[in-house]
Amino acid sequence: MGPTTGPLTARLAIMGVVVCITQIAAVSQITLFGAHADVVPIVVALCGLLLGSLPGAVIGFACGFFVDCALIQTMGLSSLLYLSIGYGAGRLRELRDPQAAVVPAVVGGAATAIVTVGYSLMQFMLGTPVAVTGLLIGQIIVTILVNTLLSLPVYAGVRRWLVPVLPDDPRRRRRRAQTTRLSPLSRA
Amino acid sequence: MYDPKTIRRRRAVLALLVVSSVVLLTASFGGNGGVGSVQRGVFEIVSPIQDVASRSLKPFRDLFGWFGDTWEAKGENEDLEKDRDGLRARNIKLQSDLRKAGVDAQLTKVVNDAALQNLGPVEARVIGAGGTLLFEKITINKGSGDGLRKGQAVVTAGGLAGKVEEVFSGSATVTLLTDSKFGVQARTARTGTVGTITASGGNPEDLVMETTEPKASVPVGSTIVTRGTSPDARPGQPSLYPPDIGIGRVSRVDDAGTDTQRVHLKPFVNVRDLEKVIILTREAGPLP
Repeated sequence: MGPTTGPLTARLAIMGVVVCITQIAAVSQITLFGAHADVVPIVVALCGLLLGSLPGAVIGFACGFFVDCALIQTMGLSSLLYLSIGYGAGRLRELRDPQAAVVPAVVGGAATAIVTVGYSLMQFMLGTPVAVTGLLIGQIIVTILVNTLLSLPVYAGVRRWLVPVLPDDPRRRRRRAQTTRLSPLSRA
Repeated sequence: MYDPKTIRRRRAVLALLVVSSVVLLTASFGGNGGVGSVQRGVFEIVSPIQDVASRSLKPFRDLFGWFGDTWEAKGENEDLEKDRDGLRARNIKLQSDLRKAGVDAQLTKVVNDAALQNLGPVEARVIGAGGTLLFEKITINKGSGDGLRKGQAVVTAGGLAGKVEEVFSGSATVTLLTDSKFGVQARTARTGTVGTITASGGNPEDLVMETTEPKASVPVGSTIVTRGTSPDARPGQPSLYPPDIGIGRVSRVDDAGTDTQRVHLKPFVNVRDLEKVIILTREAGPLP
């Protein structure tokens, strides 16, 4: 266990609870162009992007469990979806480590797409009669677009909250890599 | 990049979490009491926090809601103008009919029977809503302490919104009429054709009415109201759904006039934009 594990866990727990409650109590009741924003999958995916696949999966599972409990809905459904996006975003960081400025927006949009489409598909598989209507597809697309736009400010907030306890901050990591490349003789 | 031990640990944790999710899913569907108890316990703790958060975040919600409402208002304006014109014409006709029939006294009785004041209305604020696109449930800030019981009708100024599903001491969940598990006995306001309303699934602006009489004529534009009985009510027992609560207006009829006709209606209540609801805590009287 590293020196930052305790504070990091505490910060993740606080952030998870605050985000889930804010989503349920406020964000889900705001209609934007006929759809609702959903910040929980964005935050889970961005945590995976900042911390890696394992923390991403764990916080995804925890957030899903909390949301299912708080809404008295089918347990395990949100956990499964959120842990998938947390893990997936974490693997993206571990394998590719993308540094482009638009990466959080792309990841947030992709996470939303997986959650919205996945939720409808799983409901269908579990026996809920879900008709694929133009309205449903339109709302899925609008939700993805709204969440994509929200991803950048949410990323800034998540990063700002976690940066003091990040074990390996991407910005510091990038700076170190540049210094090494510029001074090859310093290794000698 | 990673040593085998790290990879093994990562895969083991992932497998554990996936298995846990599937177990939760299975237990939730199997009606496992343990999972339900945990869920109810967490809900009891979280709902007061949700209530406080909902109150404190209301200004922000209103601000963002204003932008959305302004955007949607333009589109709704045209529909409302059409509705207004139609209602004005119908109002004139109805007034004329009433005067001719001399049924003022009877109408007053119907109105009094359906008056919500007699049904123990309890106003509640929506403190939570699911983030899904299927609009199934909301959480309200009133519970068993306010007289709420499972199955009670939930209405808004527009009409029927749903029914009380789970009740806790200070909060409750409401299954909306767009949930696939929701069903209510209904009739057409003018002709009295009876049927059952269910959600069509995937579209919060579409409900389906299956008429009891297979080939019953249900014209487009007909207003559908509650019948005053529920599918699970025993004969002779008063219903928790009072009669003549508005549900929606018929938008189209698939295979009209056949045994398999499906009547589609657009609900009066916009389930995506609920802020306050009324729960009818007293049973309705017998059918007028």
